Amino acid sequence: MSAAAPVATRAGPVPSGPGARASTEARIGAALVWLLGAVLTLIIAAPLWMLLSKSVQSVDGAFVGLANFAVYATTPTLVAALLNSLFVASLSTAIVVPLAFVYAYALQRSCVPGKGVLYAAALLPIFAPSLLSALALVYVFGNQGFLKGALFGASLYGPVGIVIAESLYAFPHALLILTTALALADGRLYEAAEAMGTTRARIFRTVTLPGARYGLISAVFVVFTIVITDFGIPKVIGGQYAVLATDAYKQVVGQQNFPMGAVVGLLLLVPAVLAFFVDRSVRSRQVALLSARAVPYVAKPRRARDLAFGVAAYVIGAMIVATYTVAVWASFIKYWPYNLSLTLANYDFASFDASGWSPYFNSLKMAAASAVIGATFVFFGAYLIEKLKLAPFGRAFAQFLAMLPMAVPGLVLGLGYVFFYNATWNPLGVFYGSLAVLVVNTVAHFYTVAHITATTALGQIDPEFESVAASLKVPFWRHARRVTAPICLPAILDIGVYMFVNALTTVSAVIFLYGSESKLASIAIVHLDEAGAIASAAAMGAIVMATAIAVKLAHLAIDRALLGRLQAWRRR
Amino acid sequence: MTSPEPMLRIARLSKRFGAFTALRDIELSIARGEFVCFLGPSGCGKTTLLRAIAGLDPQDEGVIELAGRDVSRAPPAERDFGIVFQSYALFPNLTIGDNIAYGLVNRGRPRAEIDRRVEELLALVGLPEQRRKYPVQLSGGQQQRVALARALATSPGLLLLDEPLSALDARVRIRLRDEIRGLQKRLGVTTIMVTHDQEEALAMADRIVVMNHGVIEQIGAPEEIYRQPATPFVADFVGHMTFLDAVSTGPRGVRIGGLELHVRETNAPAGAPVRLAMRPEEVRTRDLVEGEANVFRGRVGALAFLGAFCRARVEPVQSPGAAITADFSANAMRDLAIATGQERLFGLSEATLRVFPARAEPAAS
Repeated sequence: MSAAAPVATRAGPVPSGPGARASTEARIGAALVWLLGAVLTLIIAAPLWMLLSKSVQSVDGAFVGLANFAVYATTPTLVAALLNSLFVASLSTAIVVPLAFVYAYALQRSCVPGKGVLYAAALLPIFAPSLLSALALVYVFGNQGFLKGALFGASLYGPVGIVIAESLYAFPHALLILTTALALADGRLYEAAEAMGTTRARIFRTVTLPGARYGLISAVFVVFTIVITDFGIPKVIGGQYAVLATDAYKQVVGQQNFPMGAVVGLLLLVPAVLAFFVDRSVRSRQVALLSARAVPYVAKPRRARDLAFGVAAYVIGAMIVATYTVAVWASFIKYWPYNLSLTLANYDFASFDASGWSPYFNSLKMAAASAVIGATFVFFGAYLIEKLKLAPFGRAFAQFLAMLPMAVPGLVLGLGYVFFYNATWNPLGVFYGSLAVLVVNTVAHFYTVAHITATTALGQIDPEFESVAASLKVPFWRHARRVTAPICLPAILDIGVYMFVNALTTVSAVIFLYGSESKLASIAIVHLDEAGAIASAAAMGAIVMATAIAVKLAHLAIDRALLGRLQAWRRR
Repeated sequence: MTSPEPMLRIARLSKRFGAFTALRDIELSIARGEFVCFLGPSGCGKTTLLRAIAGLDPQDEGVIELAGRDVSRAPPAERDFGIVFQSYALFPNLTIGDNIAYGLVNRGRPRAEIDRRVEELLALVGLPEQRRKYPVQLSGGQQQRVALARALATSPGLLLLDEPLSALDARVRIRLRDEIRGLQKRLGVTTIMVTHDQEEALAMADRIVVMNHGVIEQIGAPEEIYRQPATPFVADFVGHMTFLDAVSTGPRGVRIGGLELHVRETNAPAGAPVRLAMRPEEVRTRDLVEGEANVFRGRVGALAFLGAFCRARVEPVQSPGAAITADFSANAMRDLAIATGQERLFGLSEATLRVFPARAEPAAS
């Protein structure tokens, strides 16, 4: 019995090509990858495409080339808004980045006591809608404010208020980047520099700053983008001072001038896209700075430095906490500033706005749905992209779309959604104004960070797991459910909480998309403020903030429980 | 039934990564129950070949047959193998028992049968009563045993081991090496192990496949590989080898400077340059008579103490430039009082000398 003969006839050259003959499993996998690409196209690419195409159309939909841009450039009021935006964004960046650097330095490179408290204080703005800081400022420096005199007669309503409020709001975002940048430091470099008798100023200039350089660049772009695209703060405190974000709102919602709204949206896209590419090149370079052999730098106590940075950090932290405390306190005040006795009347929203408490519950529903759907969808999308070596072109396409929202401010994405869901040809238009659209928009808006979180977690899993599963003939969907997803549970939870908190606090994307049945808390704040019920607006903001913080605390507790009891396998 | 059907047959297999040729024209046949090692330096293509056999990274060209079945284009799940990786790749969220049962559960066997099989496998790899623990609670050696049990659970026709011992401590490595070999013999499962450790390959394999730059340099039993290396690369990679530039003096002789030596065969015309290879442990220095063939006078140069033996540099008096590396046991060192600077007789037996063409391939020495 010799197998040689039949073998010889079969042993023809195998055509070169990617991979093995497709099994049912591989076909299903490839189909899922393409399905992911299709869904991402629908929720990310299509709305953006609509925005681009609207900008070169007239109001009735005819192609007009760059005419809209020409109109924009020759309309003084519109150009003024652009210049105003550039001014407040630059000024806020110039204020926030140095302060955040000092704060981050205190956290990472000094022995200031109470770092946990400082950290929590600085992150506070993340848990509140941006407008809450503006509302607090109204109470402090506004027409009825108790520190009105501190502005030396300047009006809060305008660039002054916008810059202060934006600085507060953008602070934690800059801080997160800079603490990461300052966390990466090779202690041996400092020891080598000290051994050579280098002065501290020179060490700072030659070792510390170069190490944090990319973080600083990144922080500058991120803060600039946040400020220029934020809608809530200029709406509340901007007065007559027009900026791009409020202009876009006015063009689209007020005048129904979609093409001009699209032009403004594209302008807002510029800094974000720029930031995206700067950030990418910065990230790729940051890696090389720290070799695997580096020994992490650990600060030793030094009195003068610790005192200086401690004082600076605590002053900044106290100002942040004070701002939000004022907002919360004011929400319980009967009649600011004349009757400071406490009341719950401001929380009886129905007496200020017909929608009453329903926006809050809408927000909860929307945030919960975004968290559950977002975490599930993002994780399995990342799994398909990261772990299945199928449909390479489809994977690359889906990966590109997943990274795209990073470069798209919420306001711009919201505009795209308006155009997409309002289009007469779009059968999905029936969802316009529903909670479903808000959920989809929120998931798309915050897709990239969630996707990176999932990809990072998946990347830390031994790539051979898939090989073992394949050798044991276990299909990928069963393997993902039994092994991959349980291992990644903390990351999935992270994504869910991230989606929840952002869904709760976001204003800029959803301001265009809500309907009468799906008004959200953050939008109710805008309406209450417009109606003059500032205390009630603050009350709504306070509830949103309290909810977001409670969810975050619950997350920390669950995380601990997960690591402890439910996932005993992580412990030795 | 002159030649039984091989368990694995590979023909004209090639794989490229862009411009880089990872595997070129691989021809290989492995019999049932055989233990074969793929040996070579990193980047030689041994892991690529293993992964092609598994179907994890399919080849560009060529045929792979498993038990007579053409699986060249089949996905991994349609082949019949178990695999063990250097990283163990145990699922951390599953207990030891669940890890081993992972492939069994998928086949829809009854729970009681699965339990029995898991117990049996745990006993087989010497880890009874550990089934409720999690991987993180076991040592590296224990984890690798579990990985082995998991790979064997479904009784695959072929067991693939990808550097299974490289992540372990030296002592554990040697113990597990003997255990894997013992287990393989007992079960009779055809096994392929990838390793860069020649000692491991020599100790474990029935046959060794030595690879370099994506091609097979030699296939043979461990003794054959060691004693009759087919190429200078194999000679240099497996064990220690001294290479000397020499000139052929006829079909059975070479000359190094003024030193004439007898060899088995040169395959080179008289006067042609050749390279002579010899193992350090084959250099003799006891019971020699001056004037006999392949006995020469040499000077002992630098000595390196290596525990059980000493490695010496020996320069033949008739050919002062040629440095021969020679190993002498601790016994010989003491009995003969070998010391640096000494001049004494050395002998090389004809059978242990290998002659290679000159400059065929620069030996990486």
